[in-house]
Amino acid sequence: MASKKDQFISACATLAKGEAGNTGEWRAKRPIIDLSKCTPCKKQKDTCYLCWLYCPDGTVKRGIPLEIDLQYCKGCGVCAQVCPTKAIRMEVEEQFVLSECVIQEEVE
Amino acid sequence: MSKVQIINGNETAAMGAKLCRVQVIAAYPITPQSKIPETLIKYVESGELEAEFIRVESEHSALTVCISASTVGARVFTATAANGLAYMHEQLHWAAGARLPIVMALANRGLGAPWTIFNDMQDSISQRDTGWMQVYCRDNQEIMDSIIMAYKICEQLHVPMMVCFDGYVLSHTVMPVEIPDQKQVDAFLPPYVPHLQVDGPDPININPVMLADPRTNAQGVSCPSYMGFRMRLQETLESAGDVILNVGREFGDVFGRSYECLLWKYRTEGADTILLTMGSLANEASLAVDALREKGWKAGAVALRVFRPFPAATLRQALSDAKHVVIFDKNISYGNEGATCTETKAALFESGLRPTITNYIVGLGGKSITAADLEAATIKSVEQKGQVSTPQWIGVAV
Repeated sequence: MASKKDQFISACATLAKGEAGNTGEWRAKRPIIDLSKCTPCKKQKDTCYLCWLYCPDGTVKRGIPLEIDLQYCKGCGVCAQVCPTKAIRMEVEEQFVLSECVIQEEVE
Repeated sequence: MSKVQIINGNETAAMGAKLCRVQVIAAYPITPQSKIPETLIKYVESGELEAEFIRVESEHSALTVCISASTVGARVFTATAANGLAYMHEQLHWAAGARLPIVMALANRGLGAPWTIFNDMQDSISQRDTGWMQVYCRDNQEIMDSIIMAYKICEQLHVPMMVCFDGYVLSHTVMPVEIPDQKQVDAFLPPYVPHLQVDGPDPININPVMLADPRTNAQGVSCPSYMGFRMRLQETLESAGDVILNVGREFGDVFGRSYECLLWKYRTEGADTILLTMGSLANEASLAVDALREKGWKAGAVALRVFRPFPAATLRQALSDAKHVVIFDKNISYGNEGATCTETKAALFESGLRPTITNYIVGLGGKSITAADLEAATIKSVEQKGQVSTPQWIGVAV
């Protein structure tokens, strides 16, 4: 019988960063921002931010320069699609992973 | 005071929803139920019913609106039929999984292709595994009463319900219906309290991904596993029969018509031959039983009122003296047989009862099926001693 304290009736979770896990691990393409084309950077004021508005995972941080949290960006590319100045391009993730590995090896 | 009006099934359903003081209605027009939202929107526009009627572009959206409104605590209502119900399929699962007490009026209609607008039960039977409860009505009065009871049952169990009635046969046929008194309905039906209190300042993520195993979320809160939700829904439906009976008895105490039953029985005492039906066909089955009894047959009729949860134990009991069970299905599970036939056989398995069983597929796409048809089919099947294992068809004119 339904009871208010039964955890198996209504599934819910708290709102928290990373609630869905490290979604950045899913990424096949990485957004690269060309700051010379990015409107807020060019105008040096808080404007546009369509990428922030449309990001389904809330990984874009408004600011000058704006930043994308790669731990949670899953590489969907919506930001690149909506950017009016085409300041964001999506690049194959593998190359970064490889180069990051090389750097790590060099450090070791 | 209650009063009697001569109205069709659609008007009855709309009036029933109004008496339950539904707060949000979302529905899309589809024959033969369009009159239900049309009537309700008239109530809303004239101020007779204080509710939001939300116009949508499809049945999928209609049920989505109901899901959202029910989540935040509104009593909601929708109605559909046939392909409209099929279009809701994804959200049917969601509504039951989210444990929302949505009540739907369903005017049973056959599915295309090819198009038909006429009655059979292929639409609702195709949705039997969505977690919704299903009741089937024999006449318009039962539509009225079932809708009022549905809210009480659903809001207690946190499970949605389809109140099914035969398209045209009931939806477009006028008959006397006793309209319950509003004050009595108000007293019978307490306000809906949602399971989750959605609170603006304290937001929660509702129905997020639940993994196969329990996990600790990003804030260190323990989240349960997916299968537990599925098991609890099943357990709730297993216990739903008792709630349906209790509410049915209570309804009888207040309104004078008891529904303390999961199935209807007609002249089953001492009967060795049982005609099994669902919905309005129960009326024809009763007439067929009268005719058979006059010829000296020990015949009786059983009609399933509740199809989900399936009343297996009650059905076993009702069939315990039967030597022959003749099952009439207005649906077919292609490649197998009619759904009520399969379910009845499964219910009998545990008891070891082995009556002969004959399955007839009847009345698809509005094909007329009369008491004489049922009588002749019963005689034929008993003569064959139920030895025909595949379903037989009545009324296929080449």
